[in-house]
Amino acid sequence: MTTAPPRAGTHYAPAPDPEEPPVRKLYRSADGRLLGGVARGLAGHLGLPVSWVRIVFVALFMADGLGAVLYAAFWFFVPLGVGGVEARRPAAGEGRRRRAVRRPDKGQVFALIALLAGASIVASRFQLGQANGYLWPVLLIGAGVALVWRQADNARRAQWLEIGRRKGVLPVLRGAAGVALVGLGVTGIVVLQGSVRHLGSVLQAALAVVVGIALLAGPYLVRIMQDLSEERLMRIRAQERAEVAAHVHDSVLHTLTLIQRSADDPREVARLARAQERELRAWLYKPEGRGKEEDEEPQTVAEAVRKAAAEVEDHHGVPIEVVVVGDCPLDEGLAAQMQAAREAMVNAAKYGGEGGAVQVFAEVEGRTVFVSVRDRGPGFDLDAVPSDRMGVRESIIGRMERNGGTARLRSAPEGGTVVELEMERRESKDGKESGERNEGGGG
Amino acid sequence: MSSDDAQQGQAPQSGADQAGAAGEERTVRVVLVDDHRMFRTGVQAEIGVTERTRVEVVGEAADVDQAVTVITATRPEVVLLDVHLPGGGGVEVLRRSATMMADPERPVRFLALSVSDAAEDVIGVIRGGARGYVTKTITGTDLVNAIFRVADGDAVFSPRLAGFVLDAFASTDAPPVDEALDCLTQREREVLRLIARGYAYKEVGKQLFISVKTVESHVSAVLRKLQLSNRSELTRWAAARRLV
Repeated sequence: MTTAPPRAGTHYAPAPDPEEPPVRKLYRSADGRLLGGVARGLAGHLGLPVSWVRIVFVALFMADGLGAVLYAAFWFFVPLGVGGVEARRPAAGEGRRRRAVRRPDKGQVFALIALLAGASIVASRFQLGQANGYLWPVLLIGAGVALVWRQADNARRAQWLEIGRRKGVLPVLRGAAGVALVGLGVTGIVVLQGSVRHLGSVLQAALAVVVGIALLAGPYLVRIMQDLSEERLMRIRAQERAEVAAHVHDSVLHTLTLIQRSADDPREVARLARAQERELRAWLYKPEGRGKEEDEEPQTVAEAVRKAAAEVEDHHGVPIEVVVVGDCPLDEGLAAQMQAAREAMVNAAKYGGEGGAVQVFAEVEGRTVFVSVRDRGPGFDLDAVPSDRMGVRESIIGRMERNGGTARLRSAPEGGTVVELEMERRESKDGKESGERNEGGGG
Repeated sequence: MSSDDAQQGQAPQSGADQAGAAGEERTVRVVLVDDHRMFRTGVQAEIGVTERTRVEVVGEAADVDQAVTVITATRPEVVLLDVHLPGGGGVEVLRRSATMMADPERPVRFLALSVSDAAEDVIGVIRGGARGYVTKTITGTDLVNAIFRVADGDAVFSPRLAGFVLDAFASTDAPPVDEALDCLTQREREVLRLIARGYAYKEVGKQLFISVKTVESHVSAVLRKLQLSNRSELTRWAAARRLV
């Protein structure tokens, strides 16, 4: 496995290379397991059916509990993996193994009950003398430890799969039950060695020892917790930094390279720089969750105007400054107005772009949506445009009038051209809004 | 240009028109505050001597502490202030220079100059007392004009800033009339609307048949209202847009 060094800080083994078989490591299976996932993991590792491995374990269990010891050892030492063999294995051919991931833990409960029943049968077989009085406490301890370990596994799996992150009572209960079982078992052993009369004092002594240990270890534990949370914070920061770096690398450096390459084409350079600037601004200043998907159809006037301006700017390499006041959802008429505005921007960029930036102003005020597109180019006389040239007449004026709006073209005080588009918003939405407004005024 | 000439004829004694109406050379002392040395150098090169005006850069600073020290020591007429500065940003400089801004004898005026045209940055420094806001894409000539306008006590609005203000007051259209003082007058709104559409002050005056001085006083009034009143409305507006 010379390719793809393992990523630090992840639980995952290196992704298997399709060409050369990776070193196969043994993992316990996190999905579809009954108890600890040992049998399933072994089966996956050895390429055997799971039931065979389980039968072998049960058979060994009959042989003086050797199976149980083996199983416990595997559980203890072998790390948990998602697919049983390795984490993040390709899903192909793993259908059967993966099928059970979301199944409730009924099978596991059943397995635990079966295990306890088997254990009690074995225990009753060995119920011979006083020496075996230790057996029950030992079993209790074993069960408690198993429960706690099982819980740890669950937590870990939940962490990977991002499921069950919510804090429930059940995990705590399970952990507590495990601890209680272990405590009972230990107490049982102590009681057997001493006598029931001393139970009170034994418990007291145990409690004292526990408190003492807590006092001694407490500061270290707190320290460790603090270190951990601090480290987590650092990791989050590092992640954020990495994200910024990735973005800057992806877009900014890429654009800079393009600019260097086309350094003798000022138009292209300006176009690239403007596009990059806009993107970076959007990334830096836009609120979360807005305008992230560039390709989506705009839903509101503000989005539509900005999108049109950005596209015209990219296409014609003329800077377009957009100011939008207010916002409202697009309807049919407004969509037509946006198309007319876009046409006006294209004209302004094409014929008036030499005079500097094209200025676009859009305002939603009450029921009226107003858009003005202004350039500082040489300007032109609409009446002087030959009648076969339909651009302005049809795309802008005609389109606006067909949809019940107005379009005005005129020369600005110092040359240049201004196109002013006005459109009323549709009644359906408007009636509601004006009604609301009236209510607000009355109350 | 004819109306502009008329304007000069009307008020030559004020000498307030940015080019210096009397024709004599005017000098404005300026301090540059920006944490990028390259940018300071660039601005210095851009805003040198023009025909009738002169911008003299008397000091430079790269962070908040330095800025306050330099401004106190040199007492310039105009400070070109970057919004994002180490040590608390332009707003902090404004806060610590409040007494110098309020000085009736030789007031120090601030013109914010930033790459950011995000609403929270713009509104923040205007609230802090800056007399104008321009972005770094501005041309040298326009910047010199802006500097002189600010030095004369007028306000400088970029179309973008005018848009923000309109937007802020647009949501307060309907509500109570008793806050009339807080709202923009119809005229102020018209002026802002034209500025937002990219008209220069001169062109705005021409469109509305008023003098450039009137336009400037309208704009100053808007700025005053923006700073001192309607704070709650603006805060609500900004909060609604998750800006603050």
